[in-house]
Amino acid sequence: MAAMAVALRGLGGRFRWRTQAVAGGVRVAARGAAAAQLGRKVAVVDYVEPSPRGTRWGLGGTCVNVGCIPKKLMHQAALLGGLIRDAPHYGWEVAQPVPHDWRKMAEAVQNHVKSLNWGHRVQLQDRKVKYFNIKASFVDEHTVCGVAKGGKEILLSADHIIIATGGRPRYPTHIEGALEYGITSDDIFWLKESPGKTLVVGASYVALECAGFLTGIGLDTTVMIRSIPLRGFDQQMSSMVIEHMESHGTQFLRGCAPSRVRRLPDGHLQVTWEDCTTGKEDTGTFDTVLWAIGRVPDTRSLNLEKAGVDTSPDTQKILVDSREGTSVPHIYAIGDVVEGRPELTPTAIMAGRLLVQRLFGGSSDLMDYDNVPTTVFTPLEYGCVGLSEEEAVARHGQEHVEVYHAHYKPLEFTVAGRDASQCYVKMVCLREPPQLVLGLHFLGPNAGEVTQGFALGIKCGASYAQVMRTVGIHPTCSEEVVKLRISKRSGLDPTVTGCG
Amino acid sequence: MHNVLTRFDFVLIKHSQNTFYSFIKQLNSNFENKCFYFRNFHFVNFVSICFNTQNKIDLNKKNKTIFCKHKSLHNYKYSICNNSYRNSDYIAKMSSEKNVKKHCEHVNLRGENCSVCNNVMESKESKLENGLSNMHSYDYDYIVIGGGPGGMASAKEAAANGAKVLLLDFVKPSNQGTKWGLGGTCVNVGCVPKKLMHYAGHMGSLFKLDSESYGWECEKIQHDWDKLINTVQSHIHSLNFSYTVGLRSSKVKYINGLAKLKNMNTVSYYLKGDKTKEVDVSGKYILIATGCRPNIPEDVEGAKELSITSDDIFSLKKVPGKTLIVGASYVALECAGFLNSLGYDVSVAVRSIVLRGFDQQCANKVKTYMIEQGILFLDGILPKKLTKENNGQIKVLFSNGNSELYDTVLYATGRKGDTQGLNLQTLNITVDKNSNKIITDKYSSTNISNIFAVGDVAFNCPELAPVCIKAGEILARRLFKKSNEIMDYTYIPTAIYTPIEYGSCGYSEEKAYDTFGKENVEIFLQEFNNLEISAVHRKKHKKAQKDEFDIDIGSTCLSKLICLKNEDNVVIGFHYVGPNAGEVTQGMALALKLKVKKSDFDNCIGIHPTDAESFMNLSITLSSGLSFSAKGGCGGGKCG
Repeated sequence: MAAMAVALRGLGGRFRWRTQAVAGGVRVAARGAAAAQLGRKVAVVDYVEPSPRGTRWGLGGTCVNVGCIPKKLMHQAALLGGLIRDAPHYGWEVAQPVPHDWRKMAEAVQNHVKSLNWGHRVQLQDRKVKYFNIKASFVDEHTVCGVAKGGKEILLSADHIIIATGGRPRYPTHIEGALEYGITSDDIFWLKESPGKTLVVGASYVALECAGFLTGIGLDTTVMIRSIPLRGFDQQMSSMVIEHMESHGTQFLRGCAPSRVRRLPDGHLQVTWEDCTTGKEDTGTFDTVLWAIGRVPDTRSLNLEKAGVDTSPDTQKILVDSREGTSVPHIYAIGDVVEGRPELTPTAIMAGRLLVQRLFGGSSDLMDYDNVPTTVFTPLEYGCVGLSEEEAVARHGQEHVEVYHAHYKPLEFTVAGRDASQCYVKMVCLREPPQLVLGLHFLGPNAGEVTQGFALGIKCGASYAQVMRTVGIHPTCSEEVVKLRISKRSGLDPTVTGCG
Repeated sequence: MHNVLTRFDFVLIKHSQNTFYSFIKQLNSNFENKCFYFRNFHFVNFVSICFNTQNKIDLNKKNKTIFCKHKSLHNYKYSICNNSYRNSDYIAKMSSEKNVKKHCEHVNLRGENCSVCNNVMESKESKLENGLSNMHSYDYDYIVIGGGPGGMASAKEAAANGAKVLLLDFVKPSNQGTKWGLGGTCVNVGCVPKKLMHYAGHMGSLFKLDSESYGWECEKIQHDWDKLINTVQSHIHSLNFSYTVGLRSSKVKYINGLAKLKNMNTVSYYLKGDKTKEVDVSGKYILIATGCRPNIPEDVEGAKELSITSDDIFSLKKVPGKTLIVGASYVALECAGFLNSLGYDVSVAVRSIVLRGFDQQCANKVKTYMIEQGILFLDGILPKKLTKENNGQIKVLFSNGNSELYDTVLYATGRKGDTQGLNLQTLNITVDKNSNKIITDKYSSTNISNIFAVGDVAFNCPELAPVCIKAGEILARRLFKKSNEIMDYTYIPTAIYTPIEYGSCGYSEEKAYDTFGKENVEIFLQEFNNLEISAVHRKKHKKAQKDEFDIDIGSTCLSKLICLKNEDNVVIGFHYVGPNAGEVTQGMALALKLKVKKSDFDNCIGIHPTDAESFMNLSITLSSGLSFSAKGGCGGGKCG
């Protein structure tokens, strides 16, 4: 997909804009709208290149169409499956097992996404942002062009151009049959029929989230991981996420890499893989193979070289400075398309908002990329903010870091006899009083809701002592954070007892 | 100034310098900022202060002279004289007066002064000396009356710091004969069973209202009350057991006995409530943590006999059926909520407003959602008379003259301190007449300095388990660990588990206007739809649909920040109505304690898609008059 925001006044027969953005929907919408509110003329250029499987979607970018929103809704469906299994403990008489109907879920999710697409369009109109559904590329450093549906070429020029085209899932094109038979997260949410028995390849959060909800709605799901899961996240937490998924029914093939995919006469997909340590080959049959091995920036079709915008030779992502400026002074880039930025919607939105305020609002506030909280919506959710334990140790040294932790048991789990071995929270602090909090890691239900407030506290410079002075809300899971007493260094058992 | 002094009948101290010195020393181990006493008091030979019943202060001449000799002591005299229970009130009063700077410098001392007086007041000379010279002559260092969260936490903390501790707990059966085990209200008839039942109700709503769209077919499910009660009660029993074990392993002596105070150092108890077996024990310090019990008004005929309360609902043997809830407290609304979600017909009789003391915009949002889910609110109507019908139903005659039959009537019209029977009047421990709660100072001390009260039984203390746990632990550390920490009662977060939950911390809109003036308060707010609920178009209950087009429920969530305009929009109130309110509010409470500003919220990045992230996005002020309903439908976020 490609979108640009462009701003301006018409000059002659051509459009001329003060700000223009080529950008992945979400961000541009935010930024474009903001610029329009600041009195500039803004255009958004957005076009979704269909996935290799032919999946296409509307305005709003990855998050709304093939990311956060459908993901969270399918995650909710999976959580409901868990509740149904717990139901008898709470007095609900349900004939077990309750089958799951993919079509019904997909229909609800897709309808909701379409209603959001519509909402975004209306909002752009309300804010007087001109929207072009065209695939744009640079003609020169002030001009982009694209072809409209009727075949008419449209040229747009602007004083400022913002690129926010995001990323798309990467296909392992070197693997035979990968492109032909595999799908990605661009497709899974738009499938009309159940994917059936699924192999998810990859160890990113996208891979684990997809595998998690597929397992949760009752599908036979396997994840194939070559090296470490959730790279970049705290590794103790990551391995607990995997442990939980395993106990939850997801199968894992660790240290394996696929080598080819074939379609069998009966329509199933036969995947061959190699065990990376032994070199032994193995095969399995699946209905669906989902690649979630990372994302590539959507920069190829932009003709960036015509505008002179530099990209990273390794990742093809756009290089920017702390002001989100590219190598061309009036061209900016934000969001997933940028090198070294967290691939998160709210981060992109805020970066866009601050950028426009700098451009047109006389502000000088820069985006702070530290302490960006996030949550992985695996069956047991993982929320985090700040440094991982490894990073903290690397930056400050083992002897200057104190980690407080607890294994807790959510009240609702206890009663339903659910295993809570992975419900865990840890807070990474400096050791010297008042023990500034460097990072918080929370594994358990509603991790996103739990983490948000603490992220705010940590941004305000919370110390361990201050966290301990905060009164808990009983009975919640988040109160475990303000009850953290046991340090790893003490070697004491961090299991919480009490009413949970 | 003398009129500030109200509660002391007399104080008399007369003893040698040495005794006083060691007395002060002992105090020092318990209270902060004591060096002052050392510096200024060790050369005082006699201190004798009389507070007569007319609340006038009599210093005998000799002492007056001594005081006057030393300037600092002169101030100190005032401190002593102007002693008051409610130190914070007093400080406020002092600060507002002119020319009191000198006194205010000593304001921090006042709490301690209070203690000095209190201690001495109640100690006859001989007793004081006795107490000091025989510090280990009591059976226990610490006797805790009441085995709820506050009592247990304080007992364990004290034992962990080397004190010899006795905990007495005995549950008096409810009007309906319901009894329970160790652990207090929270575990047995409060937070724990309430949250479990709320969760069961929440499940029911998800199954009945949302599950089909999520691909699951379980809409026609039935609920089995007995099974739920079974689950809840067996969990509670396991907790009761674990508490007994926990006390034992913490080396706290636990006795199942009904306690009362005999004198300031002696507690007598009836073993297992048996009035024939009275036993006396003595303790250096005594903590009262007996909590509260539901209050049923005396003036409604048949109410005490026929209705149940929250003491009974969680172990109710018979299916509740058609239920009338009387009251609009959070207990009332929570019970109404889960009963309705479990499939029972529920009405709530509300005298005036719901959730008094909470932000009323939020309270009404909670109420609106409950109405949408089929709960009938009887506004401004109260029962006048309850009678039992032959078929076992209860006929309720209402104040408007109507009457209606119910299977169950549950009263949730407030709670009163469980202090009757403690014999507080003999020791002249001050109790608030209305609430039967014990008046304490900021050190959790009653007017008798070695007797303390924490938790729901303490007047003006929020009735929340984590608050009393903290207060109890802090008290134990002050008594036995030479800590000088005091409980901070500001920015205590809480969550209400109504069908749509409500979490709050700090000032409500109303209280902020009252305290700071409407013109100084800025309110940022947003109404929005929770993603998971709006995506599947959760329906209103048929009873709540006005016509065939009035199907979908209204917006589920409200996020609201109360800020002070003149102080850079520092946030003094946080309010959230929506799912998982407790989880959302906890971390925010930390931020509020850190004096978070609106701009900090704006600069914090949201976690998408959550409801909590809505707070990172608030741009509409209430005063602007603009619509604060969010457009779009991706939950609390703005993904487009």
